[in-house]
Amino acid sequence: MRKYTPKNDVQAKSYYNDRFFVSPQVPKTDVAGDEIFSKDLAVLKSNFEIKDAYIQKGHLVVFIDAKANKQVIKFAKETLGYDFLMELSALDYMATCGGFEVFYEMLSTSKHKRMRIKCFVKEGEAIESVESIFRCADWSEREMFDMFGIKPNNHPYPKRILMPDDWYDYPLRKTYPLQGDEAAQWYEVDKIFGKSARSVIGPEIRDSAAVDRYDTTRFARLGHEVPYGTDIIANGEPESTPLAYQEEGGVRLFGARLVTKFDENESKVLEKRK
Amino acid sequence: MQHVNKLRPFFENISFERDDNTMIVNFGPQHPSAHGQLRLILELQGEEVIKAVPDIGYLHRGMEKMAENMIYNEFLPTTDRMDYIAATSNNYGFALAVEQLLGIEAPRRAEVIRTMLVELNRIISHLFWLATHALDVGAMSVFLYCFREREFAMDLMEDYCGARLTHSAVRIGGVPLDLPKGWIEDLQKYIDNLIPQVAMYEGLLTENRIWKMRLENVGVISAEMAKSWGCSGVTLRGSGIKWDLRKEMPYGLYPELEFDVPVSYACDSYGRYLCYMEEMRQSAKILAQLIPMYKETTTQLMAHSPQYISAPKEQLMTQNYSLMQHFVLVTQGMRPPVGEVYVATESPKGELGYYICSDGSPYPYRIKLRAPSFWHTGILQDLLPKHQLADVVTIIGSLNIVFGEIDR
Repeated sequence: MRKYTPKNDVQAKSYYNDRFFVSPQVPKTDVAGDEIFSKDLAVLKSNFEIKDAYIQKGHLVVFIDAKANKQVIKFAKETLGYDFLMELSALDYMATCGGFEVFYEMLSTSKHKRMRIKCFVKEGEAIESVESIFRCADWSEREMFDMFGIKPNNHPYPKRILMPDDWYDYPLRKTYPLQGDEAAQWYEVDKIFGKSARSVIGPEIRDSAAVDRYDTTRFARLGHEVPYGTDIIANGEPESTPLAYQEEGGVRLFGARLVTKFDENESKVLEKRK
Repeated sequence: MQHVNKLRPFFENISFERDDNTMIVNFGPQHPSAHGQLRLILELQGEEVIKAVPDIGYLHRGMEKMAENMIYNEFLPTTDRMDYIAATSNNYGFALAVEQLLGIEAPRRAEVIRTMLVELNRIISHLFWLATHALDVGAMSVFLYCFREREFAMDLMEDYCGARLTHSAVRIGGVPLDLPKGWIEDLQKYIDNLIPQVAMYEGLLTENRIWKMRLENVGVISAEMAKSWGCSGVTLRGSGIKWDLRKEMPYGLYPELEFDVPVSYACDSYGRYLCYMEEMRQSAKILAQLIPMYKETTTQLMAHSPQYISAPKEQLMTQNYSLMQHFVLVTQGMRPPVGEVYVATESPKGELGYYICSDGSPYPYRIKLRAPSFWHTGILQDLLPKHQLADVVTIIGSLNIVFGEIDR
C-alpha cells in the first residue's frame, strides 16, 4: 500500500520518533511573580476579556479575543506604555484547530518590557487592521496576508508584498507543497508549443554546473581535447591525446628558437638539476 | 501553482497619461543606489516626489519556510544570507534565540569571541554603509578609503573562520574554534589603525559643504514617526530616542562592557551619519575591552549539554556514547523544549529579532525573522513625499537597508 501523507500538513517530519520520549517544556511562570506585568495584566483584565496569560522567558503572553485586537493594542499603546509594535505575524494551526494564531510582539521602552498579544482566527476570517495605531502594521499585515491569507480589515493597501500579485496559495501555510508541480514545470512548453512537444524539448536543465563530456561543441575536455564538433558517441573516444602543445617548428622566445622540436616520448626527465 | 489566465504583466494598471502634469518613474529594481532589489514607484511633480510606493520581494527566498523544514543547526548558515553585510550578527541572534529556547548558555570564552566577531562585523557593516552612502551622494574617494579598512577587517574574519562575507562563525551553544595564534595582536593593530581612519573620513565629510547640503534637513524622521514605524538601531537613535538593546535590555557580555550610545536630535540624514561614525569608535572601544577579557577565560568553547550539543571532537573520538549522541544530533537534529521565544539583539541595522515556536520536534514549528530593514524600507512611503528626486538617493542610503533581510 502507498504511504499515506496527510494533506493538511506537508512539512518535513522527523523520520524517527521515540514512542516514550516526552518533550520538556519551556517554563511558564505565573504573572503574579512579576510586579510590572501583574499590574499591566490587572488593568487589561478590568477592561477586556483575557483568555489566558503567563510569563515565558521574560515575555508576558496574553491571549485575547480576535475581535478586540485593535482596542487591546490601542489600550496597550496609550495606557500601558507599550510604544512599539515590533513584530506581527501568524502561526498556522489549521491541521489541529482549523485556524491561525496571530501574535503581536510589543515593546515598552519606558518599562523595558516585552509583551506578546495573541489571538486566534478561524480560516477565512478577517482580522481588524491595527495600521491606524501603529503605522508599521501596514507592511506587517500585508506580509501576513501574503504568507497566510489572513485578510486585514480596513487596511489602506491590502495587497501581497513579497510574492507576485497573481500568486496562488499562501506559502507559509503548512499545506503549501514543498515541491513544484508538473504543470508549472512545463508551463512555457505547453503554452507555446503544445503538450506534444514535451518529449522533443525535454525538461529544463536547472543544474548550472551540468557538464556533458560528449557535447564537444559546448564543453572543453581538459586533457582530452578533440577538434570542435567531434561526435564522440559515433566515433568513440580517441585512443590518445597529445598532451604537449607545440607550435609549428618549435617554440620561439626572444627571437631565438628555445625548443626546436619537442617529442614527449623522446624527452627525458633529469635525475638532477644541471 | 499559477492561474494561467492571471499571468499578466503588472504594469498594465499604471497609466502614463499626463492629465495632472505628474510623471511616474520606476526607480529600480536595478538602480545602483537602490541597495539591492528595491523597486520604488515615484510620482513626480517636476523634480518633487509627491507619492512613493516601495515595491519589494525581488529577493524573496522564503527563509521562514526553509527554516520550518530544516533542523536548527542546518538553518544557521541560511541566516548569513539575511543581512549579508553583517552575517555574524545574524548568526549570533539566531544562536542566542535557540540557546534561550534550550535553556543553555555559551561558555565565557565563546561569548567573548562571539562579541568580538559581532562588534568587528558592526564596524564592517558601518564602513560598508558609509562607503556606499558616500558614493551615492557623490564622494568617490570615501568609498575607496572605507573599502580598504573593510578589507582589513574582513581579513581578520577570514583568519578566524575562513570566510569573508558569509561567516557562519557562531554555533548554537558556542563557537567551533578558538582564536588562531596572533589574531588578538592583529585585532589590536586593526583597532589602532581604525581610529585615525575614522577621523580621516570625518575630516573628509563632516564639515564638507556639499555633504552637509545634501544631508542636512533631508529625510527628517520625527520621534513619533520612528516609533510608529517600528524603527530601531541608528534610524531610531537618529530621531532622538536613546534606545540601544545592548544598553537597555542587555544580553551576552554587554552588561560588563563600557560604551556610549550616540544619539542625534536633529532627526535628519546628517544626524544619522554622525551616529554611525561615533558607533564605529564605540565598537572599537568594546573590542579593546574584550582583548584582556579573552585572556582571562578558560578554554571551553561549546556549552556542555549532551542532549542538544555535540561533545568536543576529542571526546567524540574517545567516548563511544558521545559519538552515538553526535550521530543522532547530526542525522535527526536536537529536540528542543516545547514553547516559544522571541530574542532580539542589536544588529548594525537595528533590532534583529528571532521568534521561534517549537513543538518539540527537530524542525521548528515557526520561525519569524524580524529584520529591521523591512520597516526602514516601509517608512520610505511616508518619508519621500515632498523631497526632491535627488534626495531620494540620500534617504535610501542613510536608512542603511539591505535587501537580503527585507525580503528574506
